[in-house]
Amino acid sequence: MTAFYPPDSEDTLVKKTSRGRFGDRAIAFFASASGVAVIATVLLVGLFLLWRAIPSILQDQVPFLTSREWNVNNPDDLRFGIVDLLWTTVLSSVMAMVLAVPVAIGIAIYITQYAPRRIARPIASAVDLLAAVPSIVYGLWGIQVLAPAIEPFGDWLSENLGWIPLFAPGLTSAGTVYSIGVVLAIMILPIITAISREVFDQTPLLHKEAALALGATHWEMVRTTVLPFGRPGVISASMLGLGRALGETMAVVIILSKPAPGSDFSASIFAGGETFASKIANNAAEFDSPEKTGAYIAAGLVLFVLTFIVNAIARWIISRRKEFTE
Amino acid sequence: MNIARFTKTAALAAVGVMALAACSDGGSNDASSDSTSAANIDCASGTLSSEGSSAQGNAMTEWIKQYQLACPDATVNYNPTGSGAGIEQFLADQVDFAGSDSALDTDDGEVADAKERCDGNEAWNLPMVVGPVAVAYNVEGLDNLVLNADVTADIFSGKIKKWNDPAIAALNSGTDLPDEPITVFYRSDESGTTQNFTQYLQAAAPDKWTEEPSKSWTGTGEGKEKSAGVQEATIQNENSITYVEWSYARDGGLGIAQIDNGSGPVELNGDTAGKTLDASKIVGSGNNLEMEIDYATTEPGAYPIVLVTYEIACSKGLAENEAAQVKSFLTYTASDDGQSVLNDLGYAPLPPEVAGKVQAAVADLS
Repeated sequence: MTAFYPPDSEDTLVKKTSRGRFGDRAIAFFASASGVAVIATVLLVGLFLLWRAIPSILQDQVPFLTSREWNVNNPDDLRFGIVDLLWTTVLSSVMAMVLAVPVAIGIAIYITQYAPRRIARPIASAVDLLAAVPSIVYGLWGIQVLAPAIEPFGDWLSENLGWIPLFAPGLTSAGTVYSIGVVLAIMILPIITAISREVFDQTPLLHKEAALALGATHWEMVRTTVLPFGRPGVISASMLGLGRALGETMAVVIILSKPAPGSDFSASIFAGGETFASKIANNAAEFDSPEKTGAYIAAGLVLFVLTFIVNAIARWIISRRKEFTE
Repeated sequence: MNIARFTKTAALAAVGVMALAACSDGGSNDASSDSTSAANIDCASGTLSSEGSSAQGNAMTEWIKQYQLACPDATVNYNPTGSGAGIEQFLADQVDFAGSDSALDTDDGEVADAKERCDGNEAWNLPMVVGPVAVAYNVEGLDNLVLNADVTADIFSGKIKKWNDPAIAALNSGTDLPDEPITVFYRSDESGTTQNFTQYLQAAAPDKWTEEPSKSWTGTGEGKEKSAGVQEATIQNENSITYVEWSYARDGGLGIAQIDNGSGPVELNGDTAGKTLDASKIVGSGNNLEMEIDYATTEPGAYPIVLVTYEIACSKGLAENEAAQVKSFLTYTASDDGQSVLNDLGYAPLPPEVAGKVQAAVADLS
C-alpha cells in the first residue's frame, strides 16, 4: 500500500524540505511552543484540580480513598469517599479493553495482511466511522437497543456462574456495568484499530519476505514479524482507548443505573454504579457550594491521577519492549 | 487515494448529520401553537436573562415563545441549569431573576446576600409554576392503581417488595395484582423532584418514612439520570414504579397512581393539584410569597404531591430598564393568560387566590 522507503533515504528527504534559516527557526519555534503548551495545559489542569479539591479533602469527615459514603449536601459535614467510583470506573474500562483489544487487533491484521485492497478500504472506513458517532448516540442506542439484546446472555451468566462474585446477580434493569462495558468496547474499537492498522502496515517488507522465504506460513509470518513489530504501537493504541473508556461520560450517564443508597458493595458486572465522570456530570447542575464542588473535583482529580498512572505504565512497557526488539 | 477515501467518509458523515438533524426537529414543535394569549402583554424592550430550576424549564420555554411573539423588541433567555446554579448566578449579579424549586434560605445567608444584590432591598419569592409529581408505574393490565402515603413510603423504602402485597391489595380491592417483584427507579442526580417527593413522604407518612428529605435519594431502587432517565427505565422494565414530573409520566404513557389522602382516591390533574395549594399557607410576609405546602392535607379531592417553583426577583434596586423588563415578563407569566398555557405542558395553573396575590406582588415590583 504505502511506499516503503529504505532507512537511508529518510535523511535526504529531510534535507530537501528544509528551506534556509528562517524556515528552520520558525518551525523549531512553533514545534517547541506546541510542546511547551501541551505540558503547560496538563500542569494547569492538574493545578486547578488540586487547588479546588484540597480544601474539601481536608474537611472530609471520612477517609477519602477508602470510604463508600457520598454525602456532600452539608458543607459543614462533608462525607465523601471514592472507592465505589474507582471500582466501577476500572471494572467497566477493563471489561471494555478485554472485549475491544483482541477484536481491534484482529481487524487490523485482517485489513493489513489478509484482505484484498478493495475490501480492506471500506472496512477501514467503516471502523473509522464508528469514531464519529457522538457518545450520546451510543448511550441512547446502548440503553434502548443493545442492552435489551444482550440481557439474555447476561442473565444466563449470572444464573450459571453467579457463584463467582464478578457474575453475581445484581440489578433488574439493564443499566449494568456489563451493558456499559460492551458499549465502551465499541466506542474504543476505532481508536485501537486505526493505530494498530497504521503500525502493522509499517512492518518492513524485508522482515516479512525473510519469514516467508524461511518457509513460514501466512499466520507464522504474521506472528513472527507483524505482531512483534507492531506491539509497542498496539500498546499505545490500547492506552489511548483505555483513556477514552475511563473518561467517557455521556454514554455512561445514560446507561448505568445507580444502586440504592446504602446497599452492600457488589463486585459484580451485573450491579450498577457510577464512574468518576458520570458522577460529576450527573450532579454538575447542583454545585451550589464551593465545598461540594470541591468534593466532586476531588473525584475528578483521582481520575486524572489514574489516567496518568495508566499512561506512565504504558510508556514504561513500550520503552522496555523497544529495547528488546531493536 | 486518500482524497477519494476522505470524500467518501465525508459524504457518509454528512448524510448521518442530516438524518440526526431531521430527527431532533420533531420534538420541539409540538407545544401549543394555536394559543392566542399574545394580545394583552405590556411589553418592555431589551434583553432579559434568567437561570435556574429545570423543573419549570418547559413552562419558561413556552412563556418566552409567547412573550417574544407579542414583544418583538424583547429577548428573554432562561437557562435551566438547576435551582442551585440559578440562585448562585442571581446573587452574583449575572442574571436578572432566578427560577428555583425552593425559596431563598435564611440559614444559608441567601436572604442576606440577595438583599445586598438588590441594593439593600428585599428579594421576593414569587410562586409561578405548580408542577405535580406523579407516582408512575408500568404494570401490564393495571389501569387504576390506588396508593396512600404509608404504602408509597413502604414501596419506595423497599419494605413492600411485591405488587400483590396485602397492603397494596387492601387499597385496590377487586384489582388483579401480579405476583411480581417491584422495581423502583429513582433520580440519581440531585433534584428538587426528589426533595419534594421525600418531603411529601415524611409529612404524610412520618412513621414509615424516617429519612430526612433531601435532594439526593435515600430510599431503595435503581438510580437513573434526570426525569427522562427514570421515565425511560420505567417504560422499559415491566413491574416498575418511579416518581417523576406529571408531563413525563403522561407523555411516556405510564400509569399514574391515584393518591388516597385519607378522604378517598384522588386522580392527578390540574384542579386536584391546585386544591392542595389552596389548602397550603403562605409563610412569607407581605409580597414575599414563600409557600409551605401542606403535604398531609386531607382536603377531599386534593392531590398532595406538588412542587411549587418560584421566580426570585429584586423588589427594587435593579436598573430602571431591567426592572421594567422583569416586571413586564413576570406580569405576563402570572396573568391568567400566562397560567392557562401551563395545563398542556404538564403543569397545574396557580389557583385563583394565589394567582391574585402573585399578580399583586408583581405589580409592586419597581
